[in-house]
Amino acid sequence: MVGIKDATAIVGIGQTPFAKHLPEDERTLACRAVLAALDDAGIAPGEVDALASYTMEDTDEVELAKAVGLGDLTFFSKVGYGGGGSCATVAHLAAAIAAGQATVGVAWRSRKRGSGPRPWTNTQVQLPTPAQWTRPFGLLRPVDEIAMLARRHMHEYGTTRDHLFNVALACRNRANQNPAAVMYERPLTREMYMNARWISEPLCLYDNCLETDGALACVVVSRERARDCRRPPVYVHSAAQGLPAQHHGMVNYWNDDPLTGPAWTAARHLWKHADLTPQDVDVAQIYDAFTPLVPLSLEGYGFCGRGEGGAFTEGGALEIGGRLPLNTGGGGLSEAYVHGFNLITEGVKQLRGTSTAQVPGAATCLVTAGEGVPTSALLLRN
Amino acid sequence: MLAPVTDTDGAPFWQYAARGELRVQFCAECAEPRFPPRPCCPHCQSFASEWRPVGGHGRIWSYVVPHPPLLPDYAACAPYVVVVVELVDLPRIRLVGNLVGRAGDPLGAFPPDRVRIGERVRVVFDGDGMPQWVLERA
Repeated sequence: MVGIKDATAIVGIGQTPFAKHLPEDERTLACRAVLAALDDAGIAPGEVDALASYTMEDTDEVELAKAVGLGDLTFFSKVGYGGGGSCATVAHLAAAIAAGQATVGVAWRSRKRGSGPRPWTNTQVQLPTPAQWTRPFGLLRPVDEIAMLARRHMHEYGTTRDHLFNVALACRNRANQNPAAVMYERPLTREMYMNARWISEPLCLYDNCLETDGALACVVVSRERARDCRRPPVYVHSAAQGLPAQHHGMVNYWNDDPLTGPAWTAARHLWKHADLTPQDVDVAQIYDAFTPLVPLSLEGYGFCGRGEGGAFTEGGALEIGGRLPLNTGGGGLSEAYVHGFNLITEGVKQLRGTSTAQVPGAATCLVTAGEGVPTSALLLRN
Repeated sequence: MLAPVTDTDGAPFWQYAARGELRVQFCAECAEPRFPPRPCCPHCQSFASEWRPVGGHGRIWSYVVPHPPLLPDYAACAPYVVVVVELVDLPRIRLVGNLVGRAGDPLGAFPPDRVRIGERVRVVFDGDGMPQWVLERA
């Protein structure tokens, strides 16, 4: 069987500034990020024949292609489930290119979540199945839904607020090294964390990601084509999506084991098709809309045993020099929250050796999409 | 407050609740209970289902205490306790709801520091037929 292992590479990345408010609209930001990524790759817009993004992306293919002057498109795909789709955009392009359906693919996300509305306030689109079972009771926001699983994880396994602080701190420390990060000049202390206002107990303000305006993009081509590009290729070694049997999204309360989420499903496929194991991963970019997603993902992707995700964060494990340096651009918690696309581009920077918090000699990087929703993941290598 | 916006599958739950009955969808072929309700049975694929009364006793599986920013009606009650209750006689069926002191209490009436995972609770219904949960020991 011909798979996608190392068949394609990310050869270009681009991003706009990140801020609470950017003056330009989402479409303009999308165009800027895509053109920046193509310029980084040294590929002309007219050569692009494939696109992939999120179903929540408001700039559609027609608008983007006609604005930046893309060529004739023969593959375009959108992935659902919000931040669960981030890595799948690249995975779809990799599969399409490996299968011969396209030659130059661009994945992107542009979002004004910083200055735009909070999606959960729109009750008209939020109330169908399964919201009738949760929202009338005041379980209104994604943070409430995830806090319910976090509390159960604390109860079953002894995960603590200090463990969640370790996640928030690692991301903030990396953001403090990254001039592009929204939280570049804003250090975090344990005292600030423990005294912060609650959002949904047991989660406080610093357990929540930022609300950011910004856009990012990356360019995917075949490994043969990658040799001719401007930058060293970062190979898509393995890729997976994950929707477990009897999964219910962020309100995953209705199956035998709610604390085993989509990460476990994605991980099984990811490692099965890889030459690497979790022990071979030099640096990880793990989706962090909320801090508890990190311990859950550490368990799901096999960096520790079931229930050990909290304890794994102890002793500086997630810092540079630790067992698994995490979210080295600052992640969604402290660089920018753009549905996890900045985790993909940061993974590429690490494997090019150009991160602002470079892990010395990094050769492999795991990038994950949102845990708690149908998800996706990429294993990248240089 | 948000009223449940029901769909075809979920409507019977709310119709029974309005009469003060807690019922759950069961497969009419293999008798497997399922929640949330759905068109067919994930175990035997039968489209035949029935709504059976269940004992309204459960244990708190987990809980959260939301604080603002929230929708205005909910912000006015915050902080309030949202629980996931695991039914004693059907442990794999869990229901999201609110812990209250007694039937009809508003959302924020129960003190959050008195909630514990594992506590026994039983279902009551407010004036609008919304299920609520009270502590068994109260």
